[in-house]
Amino acid sequence: MRKIKEFVIEKSLLSSALVTIAVTVGIISVLAFEAFSFFQEVSIVDFFTDTQWTPLFTKKHYGILPLLTGTLLTTFIAISVALPIGLSISIYLSEYAPKSFRKTIKPLLELLAAVPTVVYGFFALVVVTPFLQQFIPGLSGFNSLSAGIVMGIMIIPFVSSLSEDALFAVPKALREASYGMGATRLQTAFKVVVPAASSGIIVSIILAISRAIGETMIVAIAAGQQPRLTLDPTVPVETITAYIVQVSLGDVPHGSLEYKTIFAAGITLFAFTFLLNTLSFRIRKKFREKYD
Amino acid sequence: MNVIMTENTENLNTEDKIAEKYKLQTKDVNVFYGDFQAIKEVSMNIKPNSITAFIGPSGCGKSTFLRLFNRMNDYIEDFKMEGKIKIDDTNIYKNKIQLEQLRKQVGMVFQKPNPFPKSIFENVAYGLKIQGIKDKKLIAARVEKALVQADLWNEVKDNLNKSALTLSGGQQQRLCIARTLAVEPSILLMDEPTSALDPISTAKIEELIHQLKKEYTIIIVTHNMQQAARISDYTAFFYMGELIEFDKTKKIFTNPDKKRTENYITGRFG
Ligand SMILES: Nc1ncnc2c1ncn2[C@@H]1O[C@H](COP(=O)(O)OP(=O)(O)OP(=O)(O)O)[C@@H](O)[C@H]1O
Ligand SMILES: [Mg+2]
Repeated sequence: MRKIKEFVIEKSLLSSALVTIAVTVGIISVLAFEAFSFFQEVSIVDFFTDTQWTPLFTKKHYGILPLLTGTLLTTFIAISVALPIGLSISIYLSEYAPKSFRKTIKPLLELLAAVPTVVYGFFALVVVTPFLQQFIPGLSGFNSLSAGIVMGIMIIPFVSSLSEDALFAVPKALREASYGMGATRLQTAFKVVVPAASSGIIVSIILAISRAIGETMIVAIAAGQQPRLTLDPTVPVETITAYIVQVSLGDVPHGSLEYKTIFAAGITLFAFTFLLNTLSFRIRKKFREKYD
Repeated sequence: MNVIMTENTENLNTEDKIAEKYKLQTKDVNVFYGDFQAIKEVSMNIKPNSITAFIGPSGCGKSTFLRLFNRMNDYIEDFKMEGKIKIDDTNIYKNKIQLEQLRKQVGMVFQKPNPFPKSIFENVAYGLKIQGIKDKKLIAARVEKALVQADLWNEVKDNLNKSALTLSGGQQQRLCIARTLAVEPSILLMDEPTSALDPISTAKIEELIHQLKKEYTIIIVTHNMQQAARISDYTAFFYMGELIEFDKTKKIFTNPDKKRTENYITGRFG
């Protein structure tokens, strides 16, 4: 009886693992297949060099660059916000805060990541943008600046939580050695603990970037839906994810070239996040070897 | 962290007269971790340029007591100490004392070698750089001097930029000693500095400690009776937080006053 139970449990665990793999493979192959058929109609060179993205207009252009810069611009702004704040929080929590404070504040911070992104999107649109318009007169109602800032706030816990884990994992002996030579807490934090935890911190940043690149709702709501090749953070732009939402919600006929643009854009996005995840996996593996 | 000061002026005056003879003085020191008392009424005077060994069974408070001298216990949340500890006539538990200044004067070597994941050179230069010393020539000279003192120079002089983590355990421990010496303290605290090392590295470090005595006042915690007998001038025997006996090493090992000390040294308990 017991044997049968074990057998059933083991096999059902195995099958859920297999289902997950099958779904992943399915998604990637649909993505690849549709993207492939897109590139039979649009040259891959045009795709990467054309500076306009207007597949829904009569004069059609299929240059991914505007979407790509939109994505990278909002991501860059988000990281510029999340990195200093997230890192400061993690250093404070691991090197200064009393244990009890650390224990309560960490889960609270992680709540930031649990707020629905649609809420963040509206926050950016109806609070942050009007606020910023008081200081930046030319700021459009839709812009990458407020979307990026709010996205940065959302990913703070990605940076702070993982970095804090890495900082906290630095052996106490290294801190004691530093204090023992007359270093202050600040010197110990920045000259010993942060460098020793650098791989873990880098991983946290990569994951945060990856999260920002894939973020959809905030940028779709607050950054606008106008593909534009620009690095100006005050004007409307469109990110890859926002474009995909726009087309998916529209009434583009299934199987048309317009429809296939989603997959071309999607596979570009996938390539980015896949690269970032692989990179962080590599670094983490190396890091683990170093401390064993 | 809580420090309760017992200000006894009468006592101070008589103490002052003999103070210059001693590098380090403790008076009626009690240490608590929460409700647990780890050190009970310990008074002890240590002469300059001497080597003092702390011995006693595991958990008797040797490390706790040693770490009082550079206030390393301050980071423990429920740590509390009472009594007085003076170094060169300065009460180091006075509130206005600067921890950073104190630790430049009182260096510490730990049980497990703990080099920074930096180059050999950067490890030794660390203490100087955090003091704000920028003169590259001066730093290089002090690094070399410290590595020579720690008897490591010949082994690493061609590889100063290699990671300290590539060194052997014994070399790492000598690097940690060099790192401490580079700051030029006057007191060296060593908490079982050879317990993680092989006999050859151990012998090297013992020889080194002997050399350093000329310039430093050294306190060493050890579980190795032969080591205490070989290298120290004075030995303090602790038992359950109390200082049972403190005397010349020769006396402790040949003719101790207390039965407990004799039992411990001869291995009848521990
Ligand atoms: N951070 C702490 N919190 C609470 N109790 C502690 C703490 N550190 C040490 N103790 C207790 O204080 C007592 C003395 O510890 P200490 O480390 O000084 O002993 P030791 O003589 O150095 O032992 P060993 O030879 O094993 O190193 C022990 O009973 C220990 O459990
Ligand atoms: Mg100990």
